[in-house]
Amino acid sequence: MELAGLLNYIVFFLTVAGIYAVLVLGLNIQWGFTGQINIGVAAFFAVGAYTSAILTTAPSPDHLGGFGLPFLAGALAAMAIAAALGLFVALITVNLRGDYLAIASIGIAEIVRLILKNEEWLTNGVRGIPAIPDPLSGLVQGSHPALFLLIVLIAVGLVYFAVERLFRSPWVRVLRAIRANEEAVMASGKNVTRFRVEAFLLGSAIMGLGGALYAHFTSFISPSAFEPMYGTFLVWVMLIAGGSGNNRGALLGTFVIWLVWTGTEMFTSQAPEEWITRISAIRIFLIGLILEIILILRPQGLLPERPPRTPEADEKRRSGSSAE
Amino acid sequence: MAEILQLIIYGIVLGSIITLGAIGVSMIFGILRFAHFAHGDIMTLGAYLALIGVGPLSLPMLGVFPLAVVATGLIAAGIDRLIYRHLRSSSPIIMLISSVGTALMLRSLIQLIWGPDNKIYTQGISMPYTYADLQIKPEQITIVLGTVALVTLLHLFLHQTRMGKAMRAMSDNMNLARISGINTERVIFWAWIIAAGLGAAGGIFLGIDTRLNPIMGWRLLLPVFAAAILGGIGSYYGAILGGIVIGISQELSTLFISPAYKPAIAFGIMVLMLIFRPTGIMGGQK
Repeated sequence: MELAGLLNYIVFFLTVAGIYAVLVLGLNIQWGFTGQINIGVAAFFAVGAYTSAILTTAPSPDHLGGFGLPFLAGALAAMAIAAALGLFVALITVNLRGDYLAIASIGIAEIVRLILKNEEWLTNGVRGIPAIPDPLSGLVQGSHPALFLLIVLIAVGLVYFAVERLFRSPWVRVLRAIRANEEAVMASGKNVTRFRVEAFLLGSAIMGLGGALYAHFTSFISPSAFEPMYGTFLVWVMLIAGGSGNNRGALLGTFVIWLVWTGTEMFTSQAPEEWITRISAIRIFLIGLILEIILILRPQGLLPERPPRTPEADEKRRSGSSAE
Repeated sequence: MAEILQLIIYGIVLGSIITLGAIGVSMIFGILRFAHFAHGDIMTLGAYLALIGVGPLSLPMLGVFPLAVVATGLIAAGIDRLIYRHLRSSSPIIMLISSVGTALMLRSLIQLIWGPDNKIYTQGISMPYTYADLQIKPEQITIVLGTVALVTLLHLFLHQTRMGKAMRAMSDNMNLARISGINTERVIFWAWIIAAGLGAAGGIFLGIDTRLNPIMGWRLLLPVFAAAILGGIGSYYGAILGGIVIGISQELSTLFISPAYKPAIAFGIMVLMLIFRPTGIMGGQK
């Protein structure tokens, strides 16, 4: 029983860490590669979750729905709608200073939060959307957390390989160049605006995928699940701790910060009932403190960004190793 | 008509509170060149520090107010020493992210000390003054007059004192200010005292007008930034105008849309401003 409980906990831990990893990899495209500050990650996460939930649930008088689409369709639509929201934000702010994007993104996050809470016909308001189907419900009997973990790991793997492949593409080279020196990139004839919009859009789509995974994992979503603390700040601290611009760093940071976050919960949950909400504020303080310490002492994170290998270097390595 | 006038009155009250926050955001932006995301939580801190005075110590608000304002200013200057000072050589974007961390830490400390529930300064309801269908509570008159007094003091400070002039010089041109012998660290210290002090005043006013809770300031951050951008970031007089416009627009919007969407109005105005005139009404820094 002890062992089974521990295994269940590990499966739960890894599943949530995997969902966070998807969000962090999405943010890495925006902040890590391009230098865009999105303080509204929670909005894209929530929009993804609600899109997939609305499209896959059975008819309900409480909210829009009844489409009963399969999980994959829900996840793809989640990415598309989150990307559309990303496009809107990007088009407003793309040619302004970075700070304005940050401010506009908290605005979007606030409006998305208000819509989720108040548009009951769409989202059932604060009561949330229940009975979001298990992606495997048609294929296997009962519920299998381990199988869902497998789906999450496949999603993380796909996203990781895609962004890692992208990292070595000319597209990301341009993004990194824009981050370093916008004028120089403009002078070499690249459409900076277009690259920025594309980066923001792609990052938002990946966050939408994270939202879809989350919705089908918990099978119940409500606005309180997308508070900025969980939806935005943890994601940021994970990326900065791991190493902005480094996909492997993003994964490592997700794991380490999620370990700290859940680990500290074990201590605070020991507190007397009436103190729990107060004591759990210490955990948030700790996350803020970790962020400050990293920014001051090791701004590059655990695994610093390394420039991608050029095709020429790859070629040289290959011919070098064959000569041996 | 009376309804519109009534909403405009509420808008001026709310706008006064937003203005006090927006001046600080604008000042920190002008002098330190970064968007200070912890400013909302600095406002919350000021409100709660005043609660110590009027709550457990049961002192009069008039005496507690300046103490809470100064204490909040000193705490902000202390945070600058501990954290932001080490990041001055990094990009403003890193300081922005750092201020998000500060916001989290402040809010969690407030929640730890005072708990997550709503608090109020004094029990009981005050009778509003009524004049031809229009109502205004005595506290709301205090808030507007208090804001006018603080803004007048700020104006005198910026124009009559050496430090105020140094501050404006640094806001205009950092390098020129430096080579003309202005002690930048001292200016930064005073900028924090004033920006956070005004923020604390805004937070206390918000607490008087409504209630205190740990996220009151964070919720106000969007209208505060919108006001600062609307007025032209770095411009103090623009921030005043921006604050009043945002406050009145938010209240008037309730005529057309659900009051739940009030913050969306601030965002909408900000977006239009960013698209059509990113330097703001008063032409601040881009």
